[in-house]
Amino acid sequence: MMIDPLSVFILLLGAATPILFAALGELVVERAGVLNLGVEGMMIGGALAGFSAAHASGSPALGFLAAAVAGAALSMIFAVLTQFLLSNQVATGLALTLFGLGLTAMFGKPYEGVKAPPMPAGPLQLNLMIWLGLALVPAVWWFLMRSRPGLILRAVGENHDAAHALGYPVRALRIAAIGFGGALAGMGGAYISIATVLQWTEGMTAGAGWIALAIVVFAQWNPWGVLAGAWLFGGVTVLQLRLQAAGVAVPVQLLSMAPYLATILVLVLISARQKFGRSGGAAAPGSLGRPFHALR
Amino acid sequence: MFRLEPRASAPLLWQVATPVLAVLATMIGGGALFAAMGFDPLAAIRTIFWDPLFGPAAAYSRPQLLVKAGPLILIACGLALGFRAGIWNIGAEGQYIIGAICGTAVALAAYPLDAFWIFPAMILAGALGGWAWGMVPALLRNWFGASEILVSLMLVYVAQKVAAWMAFGPMKNPKGFNFPGSRNLQQYDAAANPELIAGSGLHWGGVAAVLALAATWFVMSRHVLGFHIRTAGAAPRAARFAGVRPERLVALCLGVSGALAGLAGLFEVAGPAGQITESFGSGYGFTAIIVAFLGRLHPLGILLAGLLMALTYIGGELAQMMLNLPAATVQVFQGMLLFFLLGFDILTRYRIRRRA
Amino acid sequence: MNRRTLLGSAAALVAASALPAFAQGDKLKVGFIYVGPVGDGGWTYQHDLARQAVEKEYGDRVETTFIESVPEGADAERAITQLALSGHKLIFTTSFGFMDATINVAKKFPDVKFEHATGYKTAENVATYDARFYEGRAVMGTIAGRMTKSNKIGYIGSFPIPEVVQGINSSYLHAKKVNPDVEMKVVWAYSWFDPAKEADAAAALIAEGVDVILQHTDSTAPLAKAQEAGAIGFGQASDMAAFKPTPRVSSIIDNWAPYYVKRVGEVLDGTWTSHSVWLGIGDGEVEIGEITEAVPPEVKEEALALKARIASGEYHPFTGPLNKQDGTSWLAEGEKASDEDLRGMNFYVEGITAPMPK
Repeated sequence: MMIDPLSVFILLLGAATPILFAALGELVVERAGVLNLGVEGMMIGGALAGFSAAHASGSPALGFLAAAVAGAALSMIFAVLTQFLLSNQVATGLALTLFGLGLTAMFGKPYEGVKAPPMPAGPLQLNLMIWLGLALVPAVWWFLMRSRPGLILRAVGENHDAAHALGYPVRALRIAAIGFGGALAGMGGAYISIATVLQWTEGMTAGAGWIALAIVVFAQWNPWGVLAGAWLFGGVTVLQLRLQAAGVAVPVQLLSMAPYLATILVLVLISARQKFGRSGGAAAPGSLGRPFHALR
Repeated sequence: MFRLEPRASAPLLWQVATPVLAVLATMIGGGALFAAMGFDPLAAIRTIFWDPLFGPAAAYSRPQLLVKAGPLILIACGLALGFRAGIWNIGAEGQYIIGAICGTAVALAAYPLDAFWIFPAMILAGALGGWAWGMVPALLRNWFGASEILVSLMLVYVAQKVAAWMAFGPMKNPKGFNFPGSRNLQQYDAAANPELIAGSGLHWGGVAAVLALAATWFVMSRHVLGFHIRTAGAAPRAARFAGVRPERLVALCLGVSGALAGLAGLFEVAGPAGQITESFGSGYGFTAIIVAFLGRLHPLGILLAGLLMALTYIGGELAQMMLNLPAATVQVFQGMLLFFLLGFDILTRYRIRRRA
Repeated sequence: MNRRTLLGSAAALVAASALPAFAQGDKLKVGFIYVGPVGDGGWTYQHDLARQAVEKEYGDRVETTFIESVPEGADAERAITQLALSGHKLIFTTSFGFMDATINVAKKFPDVKFEHATGYKTAENVATYDARFYEGRAVMGTIAGRMTKSNKIGYIGSFPIPEVVQGINSSYLHAKKVNPDVEMKVVWAYSWFDPAKEADAAAALIAEGVDVILQHTDSTAPLAKAQEAGAIGFGQASDMAAFKPTPRVSSIIDNWAPYYVKRVGEVLDGTWTSHSVWLGIGDGEVEIGEITEAVPPEVKEEALALKARIASGEYHPFTGPLNKQDGTSWLAEGEKASDEDLRGMNFYVEGITAPMPK
């Protein structure tokens, strides 16, 4: 039995797009030293806001814009709590997910059963959001690795006390990063409602936000790794469905564990490389998840 | 402008006052939300906070608070030990699931034997399963320096897939008309974890939660281990001079919190839940993280936070039933409560000073 | 029952009777436990439509209450008990996973009537009801067999449980009947509702050359994918009318309203008794949504004729001779499948080449 690899790849591009957006956003957040577990909540917020705007205006582009705004707005709740009120990031992120799911279920009622305007096809029959997602990977890479603000952002994530001592605005940078992460998560969520399903339903992100979190780890906080991770996670799903469709018996549960186990393996390898002295890729940002409070 | 100044120790007044203030703020915010949705705000708040405790059906819902809070408290106790030491196990959900699966495996292997040792063996298996699942991130951190936050989180997803696999495959009830899910342990007396005193809501999981609270209190405030944990959390470098061996502490904290989460899973599957299904993990492990923080990683706080979370769940169901409040509105309300509790907590930890 | 549980239920009874029933007036209070949100646009949404039909039918004589998104297990038992305690005299529990919880609560409240959807455990005060979705699938299969140009039809399954396996077999058999060359591809999503994954499943089928998609999952994502690819599909659970006239060419609708209205009426006039029913097209519980103009008139005729024959009881979708996938004989010439066989169905019929998940 032959499965055409190109067709799998094309399916994969679509399947990977929502998690690619969300994971790229979370990557920047984590590089700034903040762990926001509320990705799922921001994605679903974007899914609803994007859908309602696209439906009202008839323009998918406006929808994605609204989704970015909504995702960023939700992320600001997290930003205020963790950056100004210094609450625990893990707990606050979990609360944000709960809040986002509830809020969208509440305001989503009028949009049930309505259809979104069609997404225009872009070059090569792939829509523009897929292209935008792919373009964001080098853009985020360039920003983090080559631009001065990116360098400062990484410094803040690596050691916020040192960055503060050098006079960098730790809190402002982190808030900006959180907002950016929220905007991308929102757009990723909107991809599901506007481009994949074309309808709004409660809880429609169905755990994509959690997968995005896994991808960031898999990627070792590197944008190119995020792309590989999104393709791996999206790819395993697409491939196992494709194999099923071709009539091959697939151990679905075992196969769907594989990307998570691979993530752990990658994490261990990179950590080990760093621990045992050979420099290599970066392990987790040094200040990840730690609250920052300037004493001066 | 104002600035924040950390407090050396949290004054008792603020420790008591902040959660009360947060709940009051939630009532005001939530009341506004309910009013905006066209519901009577006073009735809604009374239904959520008062009726489960003192309402007409409180004789039933009060014990249910224990059923719901028990696993949260049990898991949160273990998490608090690690969190105090700066060891972040956020994979309790996975340890909870694996503990339940291991315990159920013992029960299903013994079925239909009726012997006194089955339930104790299940408890052991549940604790061991959770412990083993917690030891994975511990060992990977000790050996390779891999972040335990991320490894433990990844293992949650793996555990969820294992549960689905079990429900569809090895553990599927042979008498279940091909529906996914194991045998119902409630109907297998030797393996069941029923209420100890009828109508009390108290099963062995509740007993374990109380013991865990007492043990946590003892360890944290009376034992040298508690001192080590606190030192490691507050000043990792200083801890080394005080004779703390970080590797041991990591293994201990993750192992213990895993074992407690595994126990919680076992008591749940043998008791209120009854069976392993594809969706067995219903989020207790994640909610317990919130409970641990709301309780400020202190046993008494965890007890109260666990009961408060349980109250909003049960009160939320009542509000759906009595007032037709949509589940989503209740969820938003719970989210608000968490935000306020987490946000107001700053008043305990910091002093607000006017900037000179 | 052992001593421990006996004591438990006795005490609960005392607790229950000690509570003054706080039902208001002499309205009949009817409770509903939903597994999903009422906004899911599928399974729960349809149950809630039926609840509204009950309110409309009986007006002031009834009062209905629902609790949505109730997890299966301990939470379900508590939610059901709360309904019983607050004076609800008839309670519908609308998911298979509520089975044991319903039975447990029913033991403690002998004067409350329970209706459990899709389960197999009954009691004096617990009735079960289910829908013969495979009847509707036979009609879908007929349309699919006629409409496919590639001779490949696809089925997106949720979980490999008997209801879905019946649906796959029924669709395939009836597609094959009108189009001997037809081939069936099956993909399991392992979820009732996961739009992104359902979309991927549809895409995988389309990539395999499938041009007609049948879905047994609740989101509209497969239809959206079908539209992109120029394939067609069917609404599932609800009508999914937003995708008319194509890709959605027809739909299989769960219509619980007639049954709910009837059973509430029986409680009102005191004639309710426990039973276990499995209703189909003939009872109006399984509905075929409008067949759109995308389907040629003669195919529409044929599909409606089959529907009529099933409704009248003249034809059973599983009538022999039929073999199992491995070639062993299942039903002899003219033999109809027993309900027992169907309820535990875990095999494909002969001709389906997809492997049955273990």
